[in-house]
Amino acid sequence: MANRIFSKITLSKNGYPTISLTLRSLSAGPPPGTPPPQTKIKFGPLADEDRIFTNLYGKHDWRLKGAIKRGDWYKTKEILLKGADWIINEVKTSGLRGRGGAGFPSGMKWSFMNKPSDGRPKYLVVNADEGEPGTCKDREIMRHDPHKLVEGCLIAGKAMGAKAAYIYIRGEFYNEASNMQVAIAEAYQAGLLGKNACNSGFDFDVFMHRGAGAYICGEETALIESIEGKQGKPRLKPPFPADVGVFGCPTTVTNVETVAVAPTILRRGGAWFASFGRTRNSGTKLFNISGHVNRPCTVEEEMSIPLKELIEIHAGGIVGGWDNLLAIIPGGSSTPLIPKKVCEDVLMDFDGLVAAQTSLGTAAVIVMNKQTDIVKAIARLLMFYKHESCGQCTPCREGVHWMNKIIYRFVDGNAKIEEIDMLWEISKQVEGHSICALADGAAWPIQGLIRHFRPELECRMRKFAEVQQRASC
Amino acid sequence: MLRTALGKALKGAQLSPKHARVMSQQPKKPEQIEVFIDDIPVKVDPGTTVLQAAAMVGVEIPRFCYHERLAVAGNCRMCLVEVEKSPKPVAACAMPVMKGWRVKTDSEMTKKAREGIMEFLLINHPLDCPICDQGGECDLQDQSMAFGSDKSRFTDIEHSGKRAVEDKDIGPLIKTIMTRCIHCTRCIRFASEVAGVDDLGTTGRGNDMQVGTYVEKMFLSEMSGNIIDLCPVGALTSKPYSFTARPWEIRKIDSIDVLDAVGSNIVVSSRTGEVMRIMPRVNEEINEEWIADKSRFSYDGLKRQRLVTPMLRDNTGELRPVDWEAALLTVAKQIKNAGANVGAIAGGLADAEVLVAVKDLLNRLGSEALCTEHTFPMDGSGTDLRSSYLLNNGIAHAEEADFVLLVGTNPRFEAPLLNSRLRKGYVHNELEVALIGPKVDLRYQYKHLGDGTDVLQQLIGGGHEVSKKLKSAKKPLIIVGSEVLERPDGAAILAVIQKLSASTKAQEGWKVLNVLHKVASQVAALDIGYNPGVDKIRENNPKVLLLLGADEGAIEKADLCDNTFVVYLGHHGDHGATIADAILPGAAYTEKQATYVNTEGRAQQTLVAVTPPGRAREDWKVIRALSEIVGAKLPYDNLNEIRDRLDEVAPHLTKYGEAENANFFKQAQDLAKNVKTQLDCTPLDVKLKDLSDYFMTDSISRASPTMAKCVQAVLKQKQSKF
Repeated sequence: MANRIFSKITLSKNGYPTISLTLRSLSAGPPPGTPPPQTKIKFGPLADEDRIFTNLYGKHDWRLKGAIKRGDWYKTKEILLKGADWIINEVKTSGLRGRGGAGFPSGMKWSFMNKPSDGRPKYLVVNADEGEPGTCKDREIMRHDPHKLVEGCLIAGKAMGAKAAYIYIRGEFYNEASNMQVAIAEAYQAGLLGKNACNSGFDFDVFMHRGAGAYICGEETALIESIEGKQGKPRLKPPFPADVGVFGCPTTVTNVETVAVAPTILRRGGAWFASFGRTRNSGTKLFNISGHVNRPCTVEEEMSIPLKELIEIHAGGIVGGWDNLLAIIPGGSSTPLIPKKVCEDVLMDFDGLVAAQTSLGTAAVIVMNKQTDIVKAIARLLMFYKHESCGQCTPCREGVHWMNKIIYRFVDGNAKIEEIDMLWEISKQVEGHSICALADGAAWPIQGLIRHFRPELECRMRKFAEVQQRASC
Repeated sequence: MLRTALGKALKGAQLSPKHARVMSQQPKKPEQIEVFIDDIPVKVDPGTTVLQAAAMVGVEIPRFCYHERLAVAGNCRMCLVEVEKSPKPVAACAMPVMKGWRVKTDSEMTKKAREGIMEFLLINHPLDCPICDQGGECDLQDQSMAFGSDKSRFTDIEHSGKRAVEDKDIGPLIKTIMTRCIHCTRCIRFASEVAGVDDLGTTGRGNDMQVGTYVEKMFLSEMSGNIIDLCPVGALTSKPYSFTARPWEIRKIDSIDVLDAVGSNIVVSSRTGEVMRIMPRVNEEINEEWIADKSRFSYDGLKRQRLVTPMLRDNTGELRPVDWEAALLTVAKQIKNAGANVGAIAGGLADAEVLVAVKDLLNRLGSEALCTEHTFPMDGSGTDLRSSYLLNNGIAHAEEADFVLLVGTNPRFEAPLLNSRLRKGYVHNELEVALIGPKVDLRYQYKHLGDGTDVLQQLIGGGHEVSKKLKSAKKPLIIVGSEVLERPDGAAILAVIQKLSASTKAQEGWKVLNVLHKVASQVAALDIGYNPGVDKIRENNPKVLLLLGADEGAIEKADLCDNTFVVYLGHHGDHGATIADAILPGAAYTEKQATYVNTEGRAQQTLVAVTPPGRAREDWKVIRALSEIVGAKLPYDNLNEIRDRLDEVAPHLTKYGEAENANFFKQAQDLAKNVKTQLDCTPLDVKLKDLSDYFMTDSISRASPTMAKCVQAVLKQKQSKF
């Protein structure tokens, strides 16, 4: 199928690629940038020729030569010359939604920046501070396919009229940062970046900034603070970064994957990308499958693939068989877990998981089988959030710490049953009251646990009380 | 200290969303938008926050971290309110209102959010209110009563307890009990924005976050005490005041600070006839709501080294306590013998009432030898035109200036609150500052033009690099320190500055020439007609010399004849008392209702907070009593009558709170052409260069153990490698 679409990208006389699929959608009723309606009903598995990340496993050369061989930097100049509006429209057509967790439509986000300048430069900031437990997609891109990101920066930068891109990379990612830096240097040397990038007349720089290992610096405004050399503490919004961002200038912060898929989308057409996944959840996506599966892996798959199918096909099934499944955290540690019966038929996309009272997040699937101490697992996540809270605002500083204390008592059952409701209330008291979403991310796993495993909690408390009573007799 | 265009943008971005918005919307004329606070409609400018809009209709939203004079931090989350159609509550302090918003400050969601935040704040806050100095005036106490839950569900108190944080030692003024800290960061913001000292900050993350100085060091600021008032809980309290009184036991009296010439408005708290503490009172024209550390903490000097009984020097040379009758009779006898040969020197703390009483008395005796300890050039217009010796443009307007030239002054220590205005202008208003004089640390960047008087000449000539800036500025200020005008060539300096001021193109009504005095009495003394400087005394060699709290050593015993009888009327046993033959104990500023005129010419009055100690009496009453014995009875028997006399001498002296503007700049400048003195080439200097110089500058602060500790702490800090 991909070949069919690819074949429609032909070169016109002046050398610009003409994408007939897009033109068709343009000539019809809906305004430009409207994704074509989805006609498929079965999603996944993804055919090899439809993969964007063709060197995900590092089997090939990650450097410029290898990247060009795999199709990167192909006609980048022509894409740039098509202009910002074309790029944004094409991204809108593709239905691409941010891959960092919140799932904001990328085309719309980029278009916020594409307005006349007030004299201040604009910046693109790439959030490569991938710190969410369970998530390991961006590092694969950066160490095995860094040129996808570099090219993506250039194209996204063009779409926004940005002057430069800052890639804020997680401090622990030493090798990834090293590869990224090499890729950036290669691109500069080949004239793909810098002054007159790709001979397009567009000047664009890419800088890399290494973090120092704080999870909170993955929050966009904290990341901006960190780039500026301050403590990584989230800012109040408004003003949003698109208005006042890094160094006080309009800024868009996007996830690595979002930027890295952009060049391929533009080469193969937005409609091609939109042909994957359900409407409003289109595209392909990197899934990280970890935990109690036979073959933990990172894999590019079609959106809206059933969770069960994803695990069975790519991860070799659950350790101990599907029936041994206890619960799955579908989108990285901050999303609420879903128990086995929900996992049976849930679709891995934004809407599907929201319907299951959880979220796609970064699509980091953490699988837990029945040998897991589920309370302890969630408690450990809480400890992570407690440790990573920046301490700026009250609900997060005090609330997450308190929830952590309570949940660790729950692990032993050292609590009264009423405290389960209290913990639920506290988590609600934390959620939505803080400056950034870290506190929400700490509250959701707890809510997921209470929602689906309340009997387990009660059982532990009863047991603990019994033991205590016996000991005191 | 970063203040480039970029830095400003950042500041706006991070700290104050309002600023950023204003920046992007400036070209358009703001159209008012209508919002509803609890269904009350109110029209506000765009960019107004929910909290401000609510305040306009009289709805107060609880807050801990928000403070009108500091950048918005939005971190306590106490001000969360429900906005219709918003799924989650918004932080009222930071969120600008949008058209048609319906804010509900009393809804279920709002109440729940507040209760939740209160609960979170209290789980790690120690319940030590009974031993906390903030108890009774604590925001956390008050708000937990108003908005908190009536019961605790912090079950973990039985398991792992509360957080405990090590206290920090940040100097002799501020006591820290950091376990009580609720991390509102007001102190940090005050330090970096108002005081300009970036020493305070947070270390650690999450629940381990601590407010402190990174490394153990003193919080070196002349305005540090204000963080005590800012702290909404008892984490930062006053060290000298600790465990001395409770807020409900003390009596609060509004008064005026006299330890510098700014005239900060203060509240004197007293209990059982003792001043317990001094706090600032809001006055937007003068001190906003800050006061300097000397004003706040030197009150313990009021209890030490006091003159509590009249004294006479006996024939062995010792001062012996006597009763009032003996003292007054002796002094009167001396005065009668002296005839018209009587002189008086007014010190820096003398009030207008005593100044006018002494003047009347001496005039009746036929003497004109009335001097102030601090001199001022008499050439040119001298002190005849008030414009020559006032801070004409006012303290509050200093923050609007676009260019300030400081000449021979260190406003940071001579008038800390004027300096904070300049800093405000520097941070928010693109103010540029240049300084002629010794290179001092003002806590903002300025252009140092050197300390020679030749710079002034170059500025007049237009050949200097900042001449153009000074001439093109719309709101330029030239602030000259009174100290350099005391030099022999003071008249020439003033004449040059008058000329320079006249050469600027300031906008209508903007007064360029400003003189910054260092002592509280000077303006009133000059207004009443005292001669600046003690030359007249030296020349005349009076038989009786009356010192009105003159303690700066302007005149020594050696300057006088052997048989000069020195009478000291004042409240402290300081320099003046040591050379006196008779001591008449007077009242300090907390003990009398007295008039002071600040450096901008604003008359204000102190009120009686406590009674004078021992047999000390209000100064003007002593003079009134003396006049009767001398036989030149002054015609006023009570405060109203002497105030009527003040009013007669100069009506503005009793127009309390109003700054009487001076005019006749042109005439002063014309008269300045007659000045014969030439600028000499000695460099301009100021006395107060360093923080250690600041704390002890007058008889009260010299007697204060707290101020002595401050000096020690600053000197010790200097030896530290941090």
